[in-house]
Amino acid sequence: MRVNQKRHISSRKTVLLLLAIATFCVIFFMTFNLKGNISYILTHRVWIALTMILVAFSAATSTLLFQTVTNNRILTPSIMGFESLFVLIQTVVIFFIDAQGIPYIGIVGKFIFESLLLILFSLFLYRGLFTKLKQNLHLVLLIGIILGTLFRSFSNLLQRLMTPTEFAVLQSRIFATFTRAEPVLIVFSLVIATAIGLFLWRMRFRFDVLALGRDNAINLGIDYQKSVTIILLLVSVLVSISTALVGPFTFLGLLIANLAYSISGSSQHRFLLPTAFLLGVIFLVGGQMFLEHVLNMVGALSIVIEFIGGSLFIFLILKKVPM
Amino acid sequence: MIKIDNVSKKYQTIPVLKNVNATISQGGVTAIIGPNGAGKSTLLSIISRLLLADEGQVKIQNMDVVNTPSDKLATYLSVLRQENRFTSRLTVFELVGFGRYPYSKGRLNQDDLAHIHRALEFLNLTEYKDRFLDELSGGQRQRAYVAMVLCQDTDYVLLDEPLNNLDMKHAVAMMKQLRRAADELGKTIVIVIHDINFASVYSDYILAMKDGQLVYQGSPKKIMNSAILEEIFDTPVKIENIHNQNIAIYY
Amino acid sequence: MSKTVYFIAGIVVLFAMAALSLFIGAGHVTLADLWSDSNMRQIFFVSRVPRTVALLLAGSAMSVAGLIMQLLTQNRFVEPSLVGTTQSASLGLLVMMVLAPGASVMMKMVVASLFAMAGTMLFMFISRKIIFKSALMVPLIGIMLGAVISAICTFFAMYFDLLQSLGGWESGDFSGILQGRYELLWLVGAITLLACWSADRFTVVGLGRDFSVNVGLNYNQVMLTGLVVIALIGGIVVVVVGVLPFLGLIVPNIVSLLFGDNVRKTIPWICLFGSGLVLLCDIIGRVIRYPFEIPVSVILGVVGAVIFLVLLSKKRHAS
Repeated sequence: MRVNQKRHISSRKTVLLLLAIATFCVIFFMTFNLKGNISYILTHRVWIALTMILVAFSAATSTLLFQTVTNNRILTPSIMGFESLFVLIQTVVIFFIDAQGIPYIGIVGKFIFESLLLILFSLFLYRGLFTKLKQNLHLVLLIGIILGTLFRSFSNLLQRLMTPTEFAVLQSRIFATFTRAEPVLIVFSLVIATAIGLFLWRMRFRFDVLALGRDNAINLGIDYQKSVTIILLLVSVLVSISTALVGPFTFLGLLIANLAYSISGSSQHRFLLPTAFLLGVIFLVGGQMFLEHVLNMVGALSIVIEFIGGSLFIFLILKKVPM
Repeated sequence: MIKIDNVSKKYQTIPVLKNVNATISQGGVTAIIGPNGAGKSTLLSIISRLLLADEGQVKIQNMDVVNTPSDKLATYLSVLRQENRFTSRLTVFELVGFGRYPYSKGRLNQDDLAHIHRALEFLNLTEYKDRFLDELSGGQRQRAYVAMVLCQDTDYVLLDEPLNNLDMKHAVAMMKQLRRAADELGKTIVIVIHDINFASVYSDYILAMKDGQLVYQGSPKKIMNSAILEEIFDTPVKIENIHNQNIAIYY
Repeated sequence: MSKTVYFIAGIVVLFAMAALSLFIGAGHVTLADLWSDSNMRQIFFVSRVPRTVALLLAGSAMSVAGLIMQLLTQNRFVEPSLVGTTQSASLGLLVMMVLAPGASVMMKMVVASLFAMAGTMLFMFISRKIIFKSALMVPLIGIMLGAVISAICTFFAMYFDLLQSLGGWESGDFSGILQGRYELLWLVGAITLLACWSADRFTVVGLGRDFSVNVGLNYNQVMLTGLVVIALIGGIVVVVVGVLPFLGLIVPNIVSLLFGDNVRKTIPWICLFGSGLVLLCDIIGRVIRYPFEIPVSVILGVVGAVIFLVLLSKKRHAS
């Protein structure tokens, strides 16, 4: 019992330490080089910081949940094509509603509509893949990646088919950037994310059981099918939030989830979830500041994370995954 | 009492269980034997609701396993499958602690802790409780899994080949522990087992399966008969009585 | 015999499409006025003919490069643009743009091919280690290697403000092909012919090292030759037209399903299908949003991904 307690204390300490670093990063980000129209700059930075925190939260929780329910540490929603699917849905919506129609339903209305579509399609597309997972992980992964490519190519095609003015609406979506999200959407996402966060916190012990795999989870009295559905639903909403706010961010989830596994020292979700979330905040805010102020490259963060995450993926698939 | 009523199951088009009817009475150790592909594990999975039957019904204490809420069932029946591989690194204590999930949903109370310690004690795992599972030998790990299902404290405990990966010493120890769980704790133990001599020595009742059907059932004395075993396994078997135990010689 | 008939029929269809390609596009060209209207003749010979030739050459070359890569890795699900070869070529181009912007096209092409070669060797090195573990792991690693190299490219392109140029190489597009800008592709055509000529050796290498050594083939030498061929084709095609995604994967797979794996027999089919597919996608790209053009890589991305998924599901049923 004592050793167990000790480990819990150290996992808790890790969370607190990360919380301190993350807070420091955010405060530093807000106050660094503050001159000129201070209230304007501060407001601007608050929105950016909130966006980054939301993206970190979405990436961390959606990836952890996805990996827990698939019992696998390589699969992530983005690698399986969720983000690309959302971008495709956005493109199709613009394609059919056209840019002029969007003010009618509003940004939030459009977001809700697109998220619902993503939930619908992801349940339809991915639920079947879960049951095949056990038989062949690599096939499922490859199918997911190619599905992602297909969605991307298809949205690319649709974007090109639109007139040049409409094309401009989506053209900037190639790289994730933190500066374009609409305040309304940020506030709305914040509300949803908080609700999801509270819900997840209540379910944290259930996730520990799900991580034991399907058979053990059923043995311990969990309605597995329902849990898979709920998690896919939550993952879809979280992916929608992050993609709608900043665009695709393929490897962020993989990176912070795997880092969280290795530094948390615990496999309990009450530690893993906050650890991954805070790591995400530190990565995004810290990385953004580093790139912006040291290298003077504002939009490069998603590329750097793509580089690190892709390398990590190769490493994981070569070393870690049991066949 | 577990009542298996006309259960059938097909994988794609291949039938693996054909109209199985059986009753497993409360208490004691019941062994399911039979050659590879007889449908033993499938039957165990259906009893424990891990797999849905195509036809038929399984009832435990008069509860239909399909319709009864899963979390309620988890307090009556526990199951351990052959393969247990976790991506998360868990200690023995944490793993065994999961056995209490059906009761406390993750927040362990004093009562749960007592159960965990009793289960660890029962399987001689107390000294390893803070080791990670991947730091244990195969035999210790197998015992940890069994400790988890025992900790679940259900009347019915279903185990799929619990002797897998165990050497002679550990296999005997495991069977003795299961026997004790039945005798001292009053559990109903159902095991799928390959070694018929273990079934003969340690079980109270044997269900013998072949080609998806239940072909024989009865006491070990009745089943440990060379004509019956030869029919089930398609290989010559001699029965010898050694120290008042029926031992099959088939080498 | 009947296969020969089919092949001739295929050639006829290909020529019909090529003819169609000559007369489709934003500028108006008709056969009747071609000799009288000098303006039209200009469009025809400066733009249309080079474009059509480039389509035929690049299409067959990338398909053959894909085939060779599949034989060298003994894996059906790889091709140059999927495993980092073309991404490495882009990186090479980028390096030239930064270090020696004034270098000749020939020089750029050599450097791009060298980078393509290094990238492919890195992929082969990694995939060698896992060849027996899982057939699907090889393309997975290739895709990720491609993503990593591509991230490096994008990072530096952003740093040196060359994103626009990079975007050009990353999407295969024949609309910029003019007389004087495509002639390097004839070199690719020659290399492809050379590869066809040594087809048997690649067939043997495709059966594995032990088999090759057993029949007395210099395994390492053929491997190296194959790598050079892939790198040159990949490098030059990237320089001239950009990436043609999935082409090298789907064409050899479809041909293999139809005609088996005797490379000497199937390689003409692969050239035919490859040219035909690129030609078809390019024609679609020219008419679908007339008078605007959609790059061939965009169409190939959709078509190729769908066919790849079908091939994967076939594999699932087989296993």
